[in-house]
Amino acid sequence: MPDMREKYVQLQQAIERHKGEPGALMPVLQEAQSIFGYVPIDVQEIIADGLGTTLAEVYGVATFYAQFSLEPKGQYVVGVCLGTACYVKGSQKVLDKLSEVLQIPVGKTTPDGRITLNATRCLGACGLAPVMMVNDEVYGRLTPEQVPEIMAKYR
Amino acid sequence: MDFFRAHVLVCGGTGCTSSGSQQLVQRFEEQIKEKGLDKEVKVVHTGCFGLCEAGPVVIVYPEGTFYSRVKVEDVDEIVAEHLLKGRKVQHLVYVDHVTHESSVNMALDEIGFYRQQKRVALRNCGVIDPENIEEYIAFDGYKALAKALTEMTREQVIQEVIDSGLRGRGGGGFPTGKKWLFGYKSQADQKYIACNADEGDPGAFMDRSLLEGDPHAIIEAMAIGGYAIGASEGYIYVRAEYPIAVKRLKVAIEQAHAYGLLGKNIFGTDFSFDVHIRLGAGAFVCGEETALMNSIEGKRGEPRPRPPFPAVKGLFGKPTVLNNVETYANIPQIILKGAKWYASIGTERSAGTKVFALGGKINNTGLVEIPMGTPLRTIIYDIGGGIPGGKKFKAVQTGGPSGGCIPAEHLDVPIEYDTLIEIGSMMGSGGMIVMDEDNCMVDIARFFLDFTVDESCGKCTPCRIGTRRMLEILERIVNGKGEEGDIEKLETLAQNIKATALCGLGQTAPNPVLSTLHYFRDEYEAHIKEKRCPAHHCQALLNYVISDKCRGCTLCARACPAGAISGEVRKQHHIDTSKCLKCGACIEKCRFGAISKN
Repeated sequence: MPDMREKYVQLQQAIERHKGEPGALMPVLQEAQSIFGYVPIDVQEIIADGLGTTLAEVYGVATFYAQFSLEPKGQYVVGVCLGTACYVKGSQKVLDKLSEVLQIPVGKTTPDGRITLNATRCLGACGLAPVMMVNDEVYGRLTPEQVPEIMAKYR
Repeated sequence: MDFFRAHVLVCGGTGCTSSGSQQLVQRFEEQIKEKGLDKEVKVVHTGCFGLCEAGPVVIVYPEGTFYSRVKVEDVDEIVAEHLLKGRKVQHLVYVDHVTHESSVNMALDEIGFYRQQKRVALRNCGVIDPENIEEYIAFDGYKALAKALTEMTREQVIQEVIDSGLRGRGGGGFPTGKKWLFGYKSQADQKYIACNADEGDPGAFMDRSLLEGDPHAIIEAMAIGGYAIGASEGYIYVRAEYPIAVKRLKVAIEQAHAYGLLGKNIFGTDFSFDVHIRLGAGAFVCGEETALMNSIEGKRGEPRPRPPFPAVKGLFGKPTVLNNVETYANIPQIILKGAKWYASIGTERSAGTKVFALGGKINNTGLVEIPMGTPLRTIIYDIGGGIPGGKKFKAVQTGGPSGGCIPAEHLDVPIEYDTLIEIGSMMGSGGMIVMDEDNCMVDIARFFLDFTVDESCGKCTPCRIGTRRMLEILERIVNGKGEEGDIEKLETLAQNIKATALCGLGQTAPNPVLSTLHYFRDEYEAHIKEKRCPAHHCQALLNYVISDKCRGCTLCARACPAGAISGEVRKQHHIDTSKCLKCGACIEKCRFGAISKN
């Protein structure tokens, strides 16, 4: 797949760009996450070789931070804010409704690979609570009743 | 320079951007051009105005007319009426929730929400275009850096900050000047100054708003700090979840370089300084200073034991001074206006102002900045406009997962670092979540422990295992399986974790449980002994009942997935609580409001 080859070229470029700079591992992993959408073991191996460190080190960092995923995510990532302001205004009910409508538990992806359902940390949009994001789109002042209609757009 | 007779300020904070303020800017620009006003009226995309509840917010100057919840369709009318003919669009002007007063003839600072605020850290937010360094400079930007570099010695800068009484706004409240002095005294070939923008407390978004609304102020303050302690490099560690803040910081750093305000020999002195941005990757513990430094170094964000303190051995093993975003936002003003001026605001032990993020069950959600010492009641009722829907205030949560819940009896306590600790909470980074009678305090404690368990880095046993045991007990209680002795077990675990955890995250993790136990022990007891949730929140403890309002339409019986509802047509139905799943499907279907939870 030429598309895939292009991604590995981008990864090599990212490694070259950050190599030698102090604390290079985090920015390289962040770029890898955005290039591939996740950081599988073979990508971690390439990063370890490129930065002259061990796979154990890379794996240790990749699994520590919530941003790095070892599994591919859906085309659309739904993140329901479970920050305090959203929680007290009922975001748990919105999340439950999503889980029911999408028929997947939180943290999983629909079998067709389209939608991943996540609970997220505070998105800092507390004025619009309860809030959820679908990729970069923000939906505020939500009620569970709105969920089926919003999700219909992405199925 | 062009002269404009009117300015249209459109809020570009996260809340308003989410509700489409970017489209408003475009539409304003198109319409203004179409009407041939583009030489007379300027559109500015600013940082956060604070009153997120009213978003998206548009303010038209020179009048200072405050338009709220503006939609793209409304733009044409504002341009045609207000900008072209000079007539304010009455029906779009902000109306106070509480007084129902229209703000049409008010200046911005006369509106209830703003009247009692004092904006020091937020002074430029919502006023200038954060992506334009010239606007920052026009508001005395980089003047404090020039003053520090050309008129003050390093010692004088530190003394000024010490005398101002400024304390760390990230929550700890450590005196900032003292921290700088420690960094200054450490001897090394390289030192670092760092900015903690890993705003992790749920419900706090002031650092985000500051970075989005006034990024140059943070860069200027870091340069001043770098000069004072002798650091030539700075790092800003910012959450990856804040893309707008990251973008504006990058723009600001580029512009500062272009203007010679970062880089070599700033203002012709021998002081050189540069700033790097590092992104977080979704780990709450990285807000802890030693964990943050590990993360910048590209490692797992686990805290390090102290001593050695970062001011001696920090980032890359070199002396490092780390301050929070809001702390930095105060620095340029302190240098410009003097320590005396700053110390005159607030109280003796807590000088200056503090920004709070008001959220939860409150009318005016948003960002507020008030002098220290202001009572909670003023913030919640006068500025926040009270509780919506005529509900009763129950508690306000401050300090995030490290803080506590403050009940109504303490609403008149003045807000200071020390007073908040005395009543079992803490300042924290400034999140303030209001809860009403519908919120169950046991469930709130469970919510915070769930957060801490998930975010515990796992390095030390008390936090990794202790918080999990606490969470298990709390889950049992909210699920109606609480046992006699659970409260005592929670208390023992809490004391042990507080005393033995490695870092601030673990040491403060039991606080939400301890404070709710202290003020709302009766709610815990009702859950455990009577299997009852006084707030009618905990699903497992609710019983659904059908009242005599029931007309026997059978809709509920057909909707019930468990077959728990029985009754004859046109006669009152009945729910068998042993079969009921408490899913609420019946309530959604009932057209007569006959089904209730108790």
